Amino acid sequence: MSREAGDTVTTPDTTATADPRSAGGQGEVLLEVSGLRKHFPVTRGAIIKRQVGAVKAVDGVDFSVRSGQTLGLVGESGCGKTTTGRMITRLLEPTDGRIVFQGRDITHVSQGTMRPLRRDIQMIFQDPYSSLNPRKTVGSIVGAPFRLQNVETESGVKKAVQDLLDVVGLNPEHYNRYPHEFSGGQRQRIGIARTLALRPKLIVADEPVSALDVSIQAQVVNLLEDLQDEFGLTYVVIAHDLSVVRHISDRVGVMYLGKMVELSDAADLYKNPMHPYTVALLSAVPVPDPSIRSARERIRLQGDVPSPLNPPPACPFHTRCWKAQDVCGTVEPPMVELAPGHQVACHFPENAPADAEQQVAKAAGRA
Amino acid sequence: MTEQDAITVQAPRAFLEVRDLRIHFPTDDGLVKSVDGLSFSLERGRTLGIVGESGSGKSVTSLGLLGLHNRKNAKVSGEIWLDGQEIVGSSPEQVRRLRGRKMSMIFQDPLSSMHPFYTIGAQIIEAYRIHNDVSKQVARKHAIDMLDRVGIPQPDKRVDDYPHQFSGGMRQRAMIAMSLSCDPELLIADEPTTALDVTVQAQILDLIRDLQKEFNSAVIIITHDLGVVAELSDDILVMYGGRCVEYGEVEELFHAPEHPYTWGLLGSMPRLDRDRSDRLMPIKGSPPSLINVPEGCAFSPRCAFAELNEGRSETERPELREIGPGHRVACHLDRADRRRLWDEEIRPKL
Ligand SMILES: Nc1ncnc2c1ncn2[C@@H]1O[C@H](COP(=O)(O)OP(=O)(O)OP(=O)(O)O)[C@@H](O)[C@H]1O
Ligand SMILES: Nc1ncnc2c1ncn2[C@@H]1O[C@H](COP(=O)(O)OP(=O)(O)OP(=O)(O)O)[C@@H](O)[C@H]1O
Ligand code: SF4
Ligand code: SF4
Ligand SMILES: [Mg+2]
Ligand SMILES: [Mg+2]
Repeated sequence: MSREAGDTVTTPDTTATADPRSAGGQGEVLLEVSGLRKHFPVTRGAIIKRQVGAVKAVDGVDFSVRSGQTLGLVGESGCGKTTTGRMITRLLEPTDGRIVFQGRDITHVSQGTMRPLRRDIQMIFQDPYSSLNPRKTVGSIVGAPFRLQNVETESGVKKAVQDLLDVVGLNPEHYNRYPHEFSGGQRQRIGIARTLALRPKLIVADEPVSALDVSIQAQVVNLLEDLQDEFGLTYVVIAHDLSVVRHISDRVGVMYLGKMVELSDAADLYKNPMHPYTVALLSAVPVPDPSIRSARERIRLQGDVPSPLNPPPACPFHTRCWKAQDVCGTVEPPMVELAPGHQVACHFPENAPADAEQQVAKAAGRA
Repeated sequence: MTEQDAITVQAPRAFLEVRDLRIHFPTDDGLVKSVDGLSFSLERGRTLGIVGESGSGKSVTSLGLLGLHNRKNAKVSGEIWLDGQEIVGSSPEQVRRLRGRKMSMIFQDPLSSMHPFYTIGAQIIEAYRIHNDVSKQVARKHAIDMLDRVGIPQPDKRVDDYPHQFSGGMRQRAMIAMSLSCDPELLIADEPTTALDVTVQAQILDLIRDLQKEFNSAVIIITHDLGVVAELSDDILVMYGGRCVEYGEVEELFHAPEHPYTWGLLGSMPRLDRDRSDRLMPIKGSPPSLINVPEGCAFSPRCAFAELNEGRSETERPELREIGPGHRVACHLDRADRRRLWDEEIRPKL
């Protein structure tokens, strides 16, 4: 099974479905995203605005998520994670590409048609402080979705809200309290209860724990896992913390400058990272074990992430990659599945099978 | 308390020695005891990591060391000895001079501590010239050198950039260049990498480590990230509710911690250097109010082992006691119990 694979295998693994956390696992595909792009126009001129360029925030991203599973999205600040999440939840209109949810193309469905869908796809935001209205009680915050969409009668709302508070580990008596009376972790729970109020199928959680203390982060991570088990929820979790992402994800996508550069079963990605950027990212995570600090081999990336206004051609990482060769700046490396459930976009991948370079060259039409 | 009084008369032995530091803020809601009896020492060439939850008093402590609290709204007591000079009782002018010559700070958010309207170079030059009687040209050359040292490419050009023209990582480097321009003997870094990406964080941590070796500075690094302290520190001080609950050498703290809060921190954190655990072990509840600090141990409302102490945890404040060379813990559990709990119940689950 690829979760445990020490060496990479190129033939399809027949035992792949044994572990429900793997990509080969059961569950139909709930969300499928292909060629997704978001370009934000950059304009000049105060009165007559003219477009002088575009921020390629998301620039051709493909992935799918199976029902009941969690996809983690990682990558450095500005690589397009939030923009991707906002397109999935239809808070942003994609520039190009397709979003298919439960077999239905929702890429351009109008707000009106989106209404019932809104319930199915929900977003949890990063900041537990600013995402709750300070003047509303917990009861009215968590109950709002019920009231708005007439899912329940007013008399049923209180009971439903109190049940939800219980589910997320808050006291049902907190119904009439205000957000400022709660700690950060409790506020994040209120936000989660509000999200759950609509019984969504898919939850996009954008940095759900990064504003919280470690001890509180663990409470929220456990809660998300429990809710997934109990309600069969599907998650897309956006986070820059690679250890949190490994903990909760079945699959992980690594983004760099608006592109998906690696997509794999979580365990295999962390064990055998193939994209040089992923390798660098993982080696940069500080390890909480002082005895191995000098023994660790680190890859230090030079320089900063280039501007998404003017991303490098071909492989977006070639300006910082220590393995880069001429081809990296001229031919865009295609996404190739080099191990079961493990795709990567790189001409010279690490931890890959011996014939990987030939496979990539062939896929890129260079061979 | 009596123990503390006894120490007070002794001359300091360490380069930095903090004794029974208390920093309280009178507010409309009551007295906020942000730091409430903190003692530690640090030698040059060594790095102390201070960890603890949000609101545990880490930043208030570091501002206290730098003498930056306004005496009008902060009540500061205790002693801070830096290279033989006491800071708490010194005049603001004396402290200001020490701050330029001997100690320096790197803040979490470089934007808020840099002036947006002046170039990076102008700010480094000004910081340098306050304490060094040199011409503008010499100071400018020094600024370019410093930017080069912290790894800013083309420093002779970038020296004339404004802060907003730098990326987050570059600003943090520029900030470090500014802090180091007077070769500080004590460098305090308060969450120096929290706002940065991991790859940039790694660069900054390397930089702090290299510069420390070069200057033989004493470094205090404040963070909530146990990975960062494990990478950088020689000693660790764990704070909870304005007090030190555990102190010791880094190896000891990670491999044989004895305070239930330290265990809680370790159990809360998913780790890339271990197999994926099935479940994290969060600390229940939330951090204490610093106004109505619990009578006994501040951690008692959240501690899974408080009941083993027949009520003492709730009524009597545990003293920080030495349990081994350089290892101190404030907890009522007896030693044998703590070691058994760690070996049998906590460590196997991490
Ligand atoms: N409304 C907008 N107009 C113009 N540019 C935008 C807009 N929203 C985002 N961007 C840009 O798009 C890029 C991707 O932003 P996004 O917020 O998706 O990144 P992210 O991966 O979520 O980063 P972070 O980890 O910092 O949250 C960034 O360069 C950002 O500045
Ligand atoms: N000027 C002030 N007046 C009143 N209370 C204050 C003041 N400054 C700090 N505090 C309080 O002191 C406590 C400790 O704050 P401090 O900033 O030291 O926390 P910290 O450990 O640095 O937390 P974080 O990890 O969030 O930075 C907090 O409860 C804070 O609200
Ligand atoms: S394609 Fe080339 S530049 Fe890009 S990551 Fe792979 S080796 Fe590096
Ligand atoms: S003194 Fe009691 S409450 Fe405090 S840490 Fe020890 S066992 Fe827990
Ligand atoms: Mg984001
Ligand atoms: Mg702080």
